[in-house]
Order: sequence, then C-alpha cells, then structure tokens
Amino acid sequence: MTVVAYVMGGILSVAAALALYRAVRGPSILDRVLALDVVLAIIGAALVLNMVVNRHLDNLILLVTISLIGFIGSVTVARFVTDRK
Amino acid sequence: MNRRHIPLITELPLVIWLVLVWGALWQDFSPGNLVFGALIAYVVVNFFYLPPVELTGRFSVLWLVPFLGRFLLQLVTASVQVFWLAVTRGPTLRNAVVAVALRSHSDFLVTATGHAISLIPGSLVLEVDRSTSTLYLHCLNVASVEDAEAVRRDVRATEAWLIRVMGSSRDLAALRAEEASR
Amino acid sequence: MVHDVVVSALLIGGALMSLAAGIGLVRFPDLLSRMHAATKPQVLGLLLLLLALAVDNRSWILVPVLVLCWVFQLLTSPVSAHMVGRAGYRTRHLRRDLLTLDELDDVVARAADGDHGGPGRTDAPDGGAGGDRT
Repeated sequence: MTVVAYVMGGILSVAAALALYRAVRGPSILDRVLALDVVLAIIGAALVLNMVVNRHLDNLILLVTISLIGFIGSVTVARFVTDRK
Repeated sequence: MNRRHIPLITELPLVIWLVLVWGALWQDFSPGNLVFGALIAYVVVNFFYLPPVELTGRFSVLWLVPFLGRFLLQLVTASVQVFWLAVTRGPTLRNAVVAVALRSHSDFLVTATGHAISLIPGSLVLEVDRSTSTLYLHCLNVASVEDAEAVRRDVRATEAWLIRVMGSSRDLAALRAEEASR
Repeated sequence: MVHDVVVSALLIGGALMSLAAGIGLVRFPDLLSRMHAATKPQVLGLLLLLLALAVDNRSWILVPVLVLCWVFQLLTSPVSAHMVGRAGYRTRHLRRDLLTLDELDDVVARAADGDHGGPGRTDAPDGGAGGDRT
C-alpha cells in the first residue's frame, strides 16, 4: 500500500505542476480559473489518498465542500468576464 | 409576501432530496434525524424561494438502469479517449461547434440532456435556444461533416433514452411513432 | 490481498484522470478544448477514488455520503463548464482556425443583421458579439 501511495502521490504532483503551469501562463482569466479548478480536484484526490492510507474518514466533508467551492468560484468568474482583456 | 403559492406536491421531490442530503451528511438515517431533516428542509424550501421545477410526471426505473449503464460506459471510453488525444494529438486538434435540434420542448428534459452530454467528455454545451430547443455544442476532435453528423446522432440517441426514462407521455408517443416509421 | 489490488487499481486510475487533465491543460491549443480535458475526466476520476474509499472501508453507512459527493459533482460540473465555455465563446477566446464548422456563428451573424424581436426571438444570439449583457 505504501508503494501505491508514493506512485499516486507522484502522479498527482506531476498533474498539479502541469495545472499550475497553465494557471501561471494562461492567456486569459478563464484559462486560469480552469487550471485552478483542476488543482482543486487534485487536492480532493490527495484528500482521498490520505483517508485510504491513514484509515480515517475525516476529510469526507472537505471533499463535498471543495467541489462546491470550485463550482461557485468558476461560475462567479465566468459571470463577470467581459470582453475587456 | 406576494409570491405565488406553490402546492406541496410540486415541492415534495425537492424536500425529499434535501432530507436525503441531510441524512447522508450526518451518516445517520434514524427516524428522529430524518424528521428533524424534513422540518429543516420544509423551512428552507419556503424561506429560500426558488421557481418551481416542472417535472414531467413520469419516471421509469426500468429504463433508468440501462441508461446509467450506457452512461458509465460512455464516460469511461470517452475519458480514456480524451486522455489519448491529449497525449498523442495535442495542439493539432480540430474542433467544431455543432447545432443539434432536440425533439422535446420541455425545459426539464432539455436541461437533463444538456447535462448528460456535458458530462461525457468530448462535448460541451455552449448555448441553448429555448424557443426551438436547439443545443449548440462544442465538440472535440471533429474533423469532417460526417463526424459532426455522428455527434448529432449520438446526442439525439441520448435524448431518446432520457425520454424513455422520464419524458412526458406526449414526447414518448412521438418517439415511438418516430421509431415505428423508421 | 485481492481487496488491496482492487483499491490500488482504483486509486491509480483516479490519479491518472487528474494527470489527463494536467496534460490536456498544457497541450491543447485553445480555451474550449482545454475545458474538455480539465472538467470531464474528473467526473470519472472522482468516481474511481470514491469507489476505492468504499471498497477500502466496506461499510454501507458510507455509501450515501459518497453517492452524494459524486451527485454534487454531476450536478455542478456541467453548469460551471457551460458558464466558462459560454463566456469563452462570447469573448472570442477560441481559435476559429481550429474549427471545422461553426453553426452558432451563422446564427449570431443572422441575428446581428436584423431585428429579431417577436415570438421567434432566440436566447442564443444575444451578446454573441461580445457578452454585452454582462
């Protein structure tokens, strides 16, 4: 199980690095929002990994909260984006 | 308080859903907890007013199970496909914006169809035209007019499934007639 | 033993879906194609991760909250994808040279030509030229 934890941690780190690259580079604010949404999803995946490895269930409520925060965040930004660049 | 009074039966599905959410969040489905949840749900529904969602009044569990199976299968194949495209094709991708005219004119069913196809990777709802129930989709990896036609057929098949699961009886009759004439 | 293998496979599968999102974000050419890579594989990814959690714990009381978590994602992710996608289309954040056909553009052009009031009025073309309503 420890091996799996390390492998998955590695994959998630690479994914987070790629998403952060897009968040820094991203030409428009929508690109950045999208990239940060992915970072949130990766944080959620890390929370699940933490729960499986350490055998507890304390993060479940965080998982629900994170998906709602991501939703509200991207909808809010998309709502207020105009063609001013 | 000059809002239109909503009959209890219309908001009942919402109340039941909120009670289930309450029970799931507490991880406790004992009667006492559910009754308290129902009380809170009733207050929430009446205090935070939402326009009532008009359901079609028909729901078939018999069709729901195969629909979910088809949905999961599409989800898996399309996710793998997007992964593959990202690795192999990358910047040389061709996309298209495709208009798909749906059969049903019920807002609920158009929303459900839009949701289902947005969840399946490769298609994304950009705009909805309510007057003609036309969805404008952005589709990944569409290189020719034939591909666009395939997307259109696929979306209309998804809508047909949703009509079978929860379409109004009029939509269902129209669907049956369409299938019989083919 | 079998149980551990299943949990591991589900966990790795879920992580790979995040990786797909990351690779897609970096490699796809414009905002709307990145949207596909970013939001969609996560739906399957979260499902796999929650399944891993359920298999690992083997308790039925956990299932409702996991289902709830997934259903929340099913309800919210298409809405946010639609909002971002629509804002992206209206503010011209897509590369038209990559589109093989654009049937919405025709509608927008036709609506921009003349007045389109009356019963046949559509929601789609409004502000299509640049999100002037927001």
